[in-house]
Amino acid sequence: MLSTHLPALQVVLPLASAPVCLLLRHPRHAWACALTISWLVLAIAVMLVQQVAATGTISYAIGAWATPWGIEYRIDMAGALMILVVATIGAVVLPFAGRSIQQEIRKKHSGLFYTCFLLCLAGLLGIVVTGDAFNLFVFLEISSLSSYVLISLGCTRRALTAAFQYLVMGTIGATFILIGVGLLYMLTGTLNMVDISQRLTEVADTRTIRVAFAFVTVGVSIKLALFPLHLWLPNAYTFAPSVVSAFFAATATKVGIYVLLRLFFTVFGIGFSFVAMHVGEIMMLLAAAAMMVASLVAIFQNNVKRMLAYSSVAQIGYIILGISLASRDGVAAGMIHLFNHALIKCALFLSLGCIFLRLGSVELQDMRGLAKRMPWTMAAFVAGGLSLIGLPLTSGFISKWYLVGAALTDGYWPLAVLILLSSLLALIYIWRVVETAYFQVPGAGMPLVKEAPASMLIPAWLLIGANFYIGVDASLVSGIAHQAAGILIEQGVR
Amino acid sequence: MSELLGHYNYWIVIVLMMTGFYIVIARPNLIKKVIGLFIFQTSVFIFFISIAKVEGGTAPIIEEGISVYSNPLPHVLILTAIVVGLATTALGLALVVRIREAYGTINEDDIHVQDEER
Repeated sequence: MLSTHLPALQVVLPLASAPVCLLLRHPRHAWACALTISWLVLAIAVMLVQQVAATGTISYAIGAWATPWGIEYRIDMAGALMILVVATIGAVVLPFAGRSIQQEIRKKHSGLFYTCFLLCLAGLLGIVVTGDAFNLFVFLEISSLSSYVLISLGCTRRALTAAFQYLVMGTIGATFILIGVGLLYMLTGTLNMVDISQRLTEVADTRTIRVAFAFVTVGVSIKLALFPLHLWLPNAYTFAPSVVSAFFAATATKVGIYVLLRLFFTVFGIGFSFVAMHVGEIMMLLAAAAMMVASLVAIFQNNVKRMLAYSSVAQIGYIILGISLASRDGVAAGMIHLFNHALIKCALFLSLGCIFLRLGSVELQDMRGLAKRMPWTMAAFVAGGLSLIGLPLTSGFISKWYLVGAALTDGYWPLAVLILLSSLLALIYIWRVVETAYFQVPGAGMPLVKEAPASMLIPAWLLIGANFYIGVDASLVSGIAHQAAGILIEQGVR
Repeated sequence: MSELLGHYNYWIVIVLMMTGFYIVIARPNLIKKVIGLFIFQTSVFIFFISIAKVEGGTAPIIEEGISVYSNPLPHVLILTAIVVGLATTALGLALVVRIREAYGTINEDDIHVQDEER
């Protein structure tokens, strides 16, 4: 009986427990509450994935209101994959948060931190499961508003300005999406995404729909930090608390990419998005620019967190590149990289969190000779870094293999060259850290730090382990991604 | 001419939207940025209300002898969006208060200078 309500529970559970955390207030209790909820959410997510795999797309009517009128929750294979990403990262990051937050956030704010974290989790999951365009906007704002707060909790004052900058850009993006939804509603008279897509065929050749398309695309692109709309991202990731950076790098931008997939394929269709509006070419150009420029900028960063933030912008480029090909292989490659990069980047940010706990800094110059003091943490960073570069036997290799394959199938060999070049740039910026931590002697007067506690190392190593597992046997992830891409392409061709 | 006058509400929307957007981009004062952002959002609210209007329609209350009603759905949507807008403005202002406590200024240029110094 309960299993039919899983799509709603997925969102309602974290949403309803957020106020509980607020009431608990005591850091330990709030943490335990959030931890329990995040594991329950993961359990629900796994059950949902199994359901989707067994019975196909799930459609759930909220409050039993029939679909075009009521709000529909709709989960297909692509959605299931995203739910799995968000829920897994939430569940892995929270055990880490206990110690990390204790040090980085004032005690009286800890309860509030977990409240906002659960709200953000609920918002992100809501974006994925909803099949209603306006509902999507609301969930987007739930996750965004809580993420502004989470970022502002960082320990330096620059966290405040970073959060404000993100608030301004994020709100402009969300309002653009709202305008687009309004224009779509104006011509189709419906908000249900599947319903919109069916009615759109008659009115697609109007300026209103083209403007709507432009507004939502730009709005979502701000949210997912597509180059050159990524300006909020480096500061936000650099100055946010370590846990928040790890959580956002793995989920927030990825969910944005999922929304883009939904719009391009499910709502507007390939014929409109890629043929009539040429969004494929535009995205391809921006993605290629992101891969090169952001990787180059990353090389020159001395703050390692900032370096990884720029690397995130570059990696988003890879994912968008796959999607811009608009072929089954391309979209599948994009989704595989989305999944893999979520694991890699989360692990990297978590290991930086360990370093910050002990050193109180993530500046490159303070990390000299650190590998001797914190061998496990640095090993995790190196393993994640290798995967970011795309060495064989790591998950990064798998996704780049599929990406290059998809680009070559469509005859875009320059893109394959760019992917390899950008990987070389990744090698350079990861090497800078490795060189500093392993081969330089610590300066005089540098603190004698201990290895990070197990509660923080285990989450990071879990993700690293998953990363190597995928590197050896990618059949599960690539199977789900290809199935999801197949459904999206099928929806897109009409 | 009738094109212009007939769609005057949409012109108001565009003017408000661009005014808000300009304030957000051009003003260094953070409070003014928040105000600009709110004007920007408000213009979209008016846009939604405009598309709800059905020519000759009345308020959507069932009444004898009336068959044409305006569409109430956009109004409901906008009630939600107003709440979201308020939350955003409140959070934005709260951040500005904290920024002023930390930096002693709410001017973006001065904040940049202070950030560069450190």
